[in-house]
Amino acid sequence: MFRSMTHFVKSFTLFELFKGLSITGKYLFKRKVTIQYPEQKTPMSPRFRGHHALRRYPNGQERCIACKLCEAVCPALAIDIEMEERPDGTRRTTKYDIDFFKCIYCGFCEEACPVDAIVETHIFEYHFEERGKNVITKEELLAFGDKHEAEIAKRKAADAPYK
Amino acid sequence: METLTTFLNSFLPEGLSAFIVIMLKIVAIMLPLILAVAYTTFAERKVIGYMQSRMGPNRVGPKGWLQPIADTVKLMFKEIITPTKSSKVVFFIAPMLALAPALAVWSVIPFWDGGVLANVNAGLLLILAVNSLDVFGIILAGWASNSKYAILSSLRVGAQVVSYEIAMGFALVGVLMVSGSLNLTEIVKAQGGGLLGWNVFPLCGLFVVFFISGVAETNRAPFDVAEGESEIVAGFHVEYSGMAFALFFLAEYASMILISTLTALLFFGGWLSPFGNTFADTPILSFIFGDGFHWLLLKTMFFLFCYLWFRATFPRYRYDQIMRLGWKILIPVTLVWIFGIGIAIAYGWQPWL
Repeated sequence: MFRSMTHFVKSFTLFELFKGLSITGKYLFKRKVTIQYPEQKTPMSPRFRGHHALRRYPNGQERCIACKLCEAVCPALAIDIEMEERPDGTRRTTKYDIDFFKCIYCGFCEEACPVDAIVETHIFEYHFEERGKNVITKEELLAFGDKHEAEIAKRKAADAPYK
Repeated sequence: METLTTFLNSFLPEGLSAFIVIMLKIVAIMLPLILAVAYTTFAERKVIGYMQSRMGPNRVGPKGWLQPIADTVKLMFKEIITPTKSSKVVFFIAPMLALAPALAVWSVIPFWDGGVLANVNAGLLLILAVNSLDVFGIILAGWASNSKYAILSSLRVGAQVVSYEIAMGFALVGVLMVSGSLNLTEIVKAQGGGLLGWNVFPLCGLFVVFFISGVAETNRAPFDVAEGESEIVAGFHVEYSGMAFALFFLAEYASMILISTLTALLFFGGWLSPFGNTFADTPILSFIFGDGFHWLLLKTMFFLFCYLWFRATFPRYRYDQIMRLGWKILIPVTLVWIFGIGIAIAYGWQPWL
């Protein structure tokens, strides 16, 4: 009896509706969580996995020895490698393609690499302008690595103690 | 206004000058109204965004103030697509049929004492009658689209609007019993004497019923089963694009503003100040706190804000719940309230006078 009375009073005074309105009313004045992207950016971990790059040793020699561990571990089969033996007896790649449409940015290639040649960088703002450009070749990866080497080295060093 | 009429009379035939003056008045009402509609859409997106801890549109122009202009331009340049098997004539008449009544009603709305296009004696009746014509546009739009979603939606609108019109009409009966007139200017004037003179105090139940049915009448959340995005895509205007869609949009927001204005006029003293004549002697304060258009604007804006607030807060009603609320709760409540007022009047106990 009492419960049905309170229910009656509550529904006719729109009690619960006002409760809901007060909550949204409070949120009207709360701090907004929007990040206005191109101007503001969220902090980024040094482990961030973005665009790939192939690195070189400080003397200019490319690190990759064509061991194909990255190709083997890649769960999306995005990496395609062909190799040769150079006149000086070193084993090097002739082809190192990554299909960015297949890649899932898991970072396994980076973990598998014994010489830290293939890395995923902090750069995630990139695009392709032509069909087929989604397959990044060895030259492009090396050039990308050369361009951002300083920043890549800094981030890898920051993450090194935790590996 | 009189000086303009006499000036035009000096070189034009009388009928023509009267025509020109009326046309100018129409433009003076219509332009701010359409601008208000545009910025209501902006306010809606902003307010709902803020209530969801977002920013809302803030990219076009300073702080996003040009967003509605950008939207309008986009809609104007979009192609109007007609479904192959639609009834072409009805398809294009429907949006106009929806918009015309929503705008025509404004002819009898007084903005300040004497600030009205047509001071009709049966203004309240005219509003009820013309406002309910809105639904024809929506039903025809659903019918002409030859789409199952659209026809479902217009069925829902038809039933819902007809049901809530009754509750709304009864709520208005209470207002006219208390103020003893159907003329909107008279109704507002009957609420003089400051805050306590407002109709909302003797008629608070009817005010709640009126506003709820107003929200249902304009098919706004939480009564927006007509649009029900999750069930029937966009409802009656799924097949409409470009300017034809914009007309429906315009009609919806114009009737929202209309219901807010009506609530302010009928229950909250319209342009009358809540302070009555308290500040009548002080020079500057008498302008700010005295009666005037700014009070009506303020009250209307508050009720428009309530519309947006509801939309951000309440989940959509189920269809049968809408019908139950309309027929089993709102109509009995209004009947009991009117009965009470009738008894009070019959025994001469009229605290609102």
